[in-house]
Amino acid sequence: MLTILILLLILMILGAIIALEGKDLLSAIISLGIVGFALVLVFLILQAPDLAIVQIVVETLALIILIAAILKTTREDTTETRGAKKIFIYLCGLGFLGLFLFFINQTLTELPRFGYPIMRMAGNYLSLGLTKTGASNLVAAIILDFRGYDTLGEVTVLFTAVMGVIVVLRKIGRRTREKLPDETKVTGSRKIEEK
Amino acid sequence: MIYLLCVLLLLIGLYGVLVKKNLIKIIIGLSIMEYALFLFFAVIGYREGGTAPIITKGFEKAVFVDPLPQALVLTAIVIGLAVTALLVSLAVRIYEKHGTFDIRKIRRLKG
Repeated sequence: MLTILILLLILMILGAIIALEGKDLLSAIISLGIVGFALVLVFLILQAPDLAIVQIVVETLALIILIAAILKTTREDTTETRGAKKIFIYLCGLGFLGLFLFFINQTLTELPRFGYPIMRMAGNYLSLGLTKTGASNLVAAIILDFRGYDTLGEVTVLFTAVMGVIVVLRKIGRRTREKLPDETKVTGSRKIEEK
Repeated sequence: MIYLLCVLLLLIGLYGVLVKKNLIKIIIGLSIMEYALFLFFAVIGYREGGTAPIITKGFEKAVFVDPLPQALVLTAIVIGLAVTALLVSLAVRIYEKHGTFDIRKIRRLKG
């Protein structure tokens, strides 16, 4: 089981590298899909079926959003740096990441060993969850009962983000269009500036 | 070993955010960092020989994995989707105004 897990993680890392280094943005996004769907399998292996279900839905939606954006704009990635500057940027980035990896490697030894979590809080939830909430799925019991306020905060963040998307993507308002029958958006904003 | 691979995935996403010049590539890097974080939480909660934390008849005394990180990740996944949608809509608007995804050419941000 550990071998399958490590193989899936290596697949995810390869997918991430391809997603970041590809020249075609559409193939980059589909490589991001590799990472997301491999994550679904990892969740199933780690005994988290709720996470796997949510991740499948979310990954599909994210791919649809990104592909729609790409089809609306452009597919080519023309932002390649050339020459000595490119080597300098890559060396700086890799040097920083190597330093980060070195220090994080020393911190990771402080964590509990894989497969043996501490579970100081969760022991309580596991023993009392069914009698206190009546929910047989303990993840649902934690989300909706023990930590209900967290979920309320999550819903607030979700609402704010959806409002942001609507505000950013909305068309020009009806009243503005009646006032400026054949002028473009740019002249409209310039008029506001003049006021 | 598994922890190190999670951190490596996080670092690849961080590399994308730091080095890439394309807005869509930066969004992809952020998504990869999110995935690495979810993976790390799920790995931390795993218990050797445990089953999914769902109580059914005959499994009342089974060994369960830690449900707390799973609940936190469930919240974070949905928020991650909302953040991605917001970033993509902003990128599309920037492309409509400037005609490029290159962050070096997006200079005139005011007006």
